[in-house]
Amino acid sequence: MLSLHGYGPSILQGTILTIELCLASLVVSMFLGIITALAKLSGTRVLSVPAQAYTTVIRGIPDLVLMLLIFYGGQVLINQIGPMAGYDEYIDINPFVAGISTIGFIFGAYMAETFRGAILAVPESQLEAGRAYGMSRIQVFIRVLLPQMVRHAIPGFGNNWLVLMKATALVSIIGLKDMVRMAGLAGGATRKPFTFYMAVAFIYLILTSISILVLNWLNDKYSVGFVKD
Amino acid sequence: MDFSIILENLNVYFDGLQNTLILVSVSLIVGLIFAIPLAVLRTSKNIVINGPIWAFTYFFRGTPLLVQMFLIYYGTGQFDFIKDSFFWIFFKEAYFCALFAFSLNTCAYTTEIIRGAIENTPHGEVEAAKAAGMSMLLRIRRIILPSAFRRALPSYGNEIIFMLHGSSLASVITIIDITGAARKINSTYYSPYEAFLTAAVFYLCITFLIIWLVKRLEYSWSGHLRRD
Repeated sequence: MLSLHGYGPSILQGTILTIELCLASLVVSMFLGIITALAKLSGTRVLSVPAQAYTTVIRGIPDLVLMLLIFYGGQVLINQIGPMAGYDEYIDINPFVAGISTIGFIFGAYMAETFRGAILAVPESQLEAGRAYGMSRIQVFIRVLLPQMVRHAIPGFGNNWLVLMKATALVSIIGLKDMVRMAGLAGGATRKPFTFYMAVAFIYLILTSISILVLNWLNDKYSVGFVKD
Repeated sequence: MDFSIILENLNVYFDGLQNTLILVSVSLIVGLIFAIPLAVLRTSKNIVINGPIWAFTYFFRGTPLLVQMFLIYYGTGQFDFIKDSFFWIFFKEAYFCALFAFSLNTCAYTTEIIRGAIENTPHGEVEAAKAAGMSMLLRIRRIILPSAFRRALPSYGNEIIFMLHGSSLASVITIIDITGAARKINSTYYSPYEAFLTAAVFYLCITFLIIWLVKRLEYSWSGHLRRD
């Protein structure tokens, strides 16, 4: 076992922060993704054009540039709006909130594409049948569309999750104490950066491997009753 | 917002653009050159050949590019045998470390993309090549790879875009690429919107250009499959 020179607990703290960040951003991105996917498919231009613009533009810009834009730009924006709303003190953006919102916002665009594809994969006649039974639009969504689109969404969703997890390493650049940042600090103090970055790389590998196992299990669970082709 | 700052400093962005393009194209070319033989070997049933390549791609696809870059840029200095060797003149340069990390990363992804495409080769094509008396190497060169490249192209297009976006990380280790230019302008003038929005526009334009080029290439490579 490689020695972490007493920095094990701080790396572990960083790991916990990374996991929290991943899960919180996942929730944000799924929420944005489903709304955007529905907006794209709504057939109303007022909704579908902004949704299209969101998914196209976000997917064309590097995560890091967006993160810096939201972190630094958001800081300036809030402090311009603050005085207008009668708040005079300088407001510091919490890097954790900046991290979650940026990653959630970026992956919302990727999730939207996945969910859109999954929604389109559910046969139209199923929804029609639901409506023929007198279900409201929300009932059709919850009872008919959602349970069936999950199966189609899982592969794309899993991919997005794996990319999202790796993207959280970027928050170390805006000063969040995630495990990459912790490894940097520990590596600087002990002059053994390789050891610590390698440890973090292996933690990422473990997280990725667990995710893949869970995703495969989910995929099997939701594919029950369907013939494999 | 005051975009006159950007107009006055546009040359900083163009220098950055040049660095971004060099980083992306060199690592893509190096990655692809190594990925083709690795992908062919990866399809081998022999675990001694297949296993190490699997481990390589699993590591580089399962960890963040940022960590890989830090491992190479900061990590190599930990070892005296690297510091004392001839290679140190390369590893002490941020530019080389970024190129090295990006090349390894894109090589791992590309290997898996091509492997997937090779494994999906229609059995009939291989059989026909065998029936025509082609040796294994000839079969790989004339039949399997060209057909696999056609199938791999859409995913490889995505990989090119991922690499373009990933190259923005070079700015973290002091390289002035497009993102580096934006960070420089932001820290000089404290104008985050102008600085980063300009960088975003640069990246968007390159992304659209890549998408368009890949589409065109897909069209010309699928000529024999078109029916009109």
